Amino acid sequence: MALLHTVNKSPYQCNTLESCLEHVGEGDVVLLIEDGVYAAVKGGKAAEMIARAQGVKICALSADVKARGLADKLVDGVEVVDYGGFVDLVTETDKTQAWL
Amino acid sequence: MPANNKKRRGCIVKQQLAGDEPVKLGIVVLEGPYQHEAADTAYNFAVAALEKGHEIFRIFFYHDGVNNATRLMVPPQDDRHIQQRWSELAEKHNLDLVVCVAAAQRRGIMDEEEQKRHGKDANNIAPGFRISGLGQLIEAGIQCDRLVFFGD
Repeated sequence: MALLHTVNKSPYQCNTLESCLEHVGEGDVVLLIEDGVYAAVKGGKAAEMIARAQGVKICALSADVKARGLADKLVDGVEVVDYGGFVDLVTETDKTQAWL
Repeated sequence: MPANNKKRRGCIVKQQLAGDEPVKLGIVVLEGPYQHEAADTAYNFAVAALEKGHEIFRIFFYHDGVNNATRLMVPPQDDRHIQQRWSELAEKHNLDLVVCVAAAQRRGIMDEEEQKRHGKDANNIAPGFRISGLGQLIEAGIQCDRLVFFGD
């Protein structure tokens, strides 16, 4: 059973992403949205945590990445998806867990 | 419970869906407009889902999310009008926008019926929204293939 996890908090604000990554399973997808995209910044606080996540796909929502001027600052391997891609992730996985 | 649901890992798992198959989606909005991005993200997600041909069974506004439903908001002209945007989307796609009644009462979101019931001098519910109970959220959870939450 693959899950989509959405994380909308900056890692500088709280440890939502950390909690999420402790619970993800093989084949799950983590989608960073809103301030959550700050986690994917190269050299940032959560960059190492993201690089370490094995067997989990990490995505970031393009509109939120662009709104924060982070388009060319992301960790390698993070897949940038648009809202259509967000919808596809919801339908391709078995359920969606929002880490609010 | 729909027959295509399977029980796995002790919880109900909805059936695996084929790639291009239209999906029945439920959306929950937990935060108010302008204060938090949730209402914007939820709206953009809903638009993208409809563009892809999916069905939105219901959008449920809960907690501060009920503030999306007041027709009295007047944002600056060069800003997005979050309520109007929801109402227009609902009209265009015949969406069911449901506001939680208990959350609405606390925050002064009224329709005509609630106005009469509580002896108030006005109501403020926007076109396309309706006030109902939490059962509507439970029903969305049962009926929808996927339920997606947007909040703080």
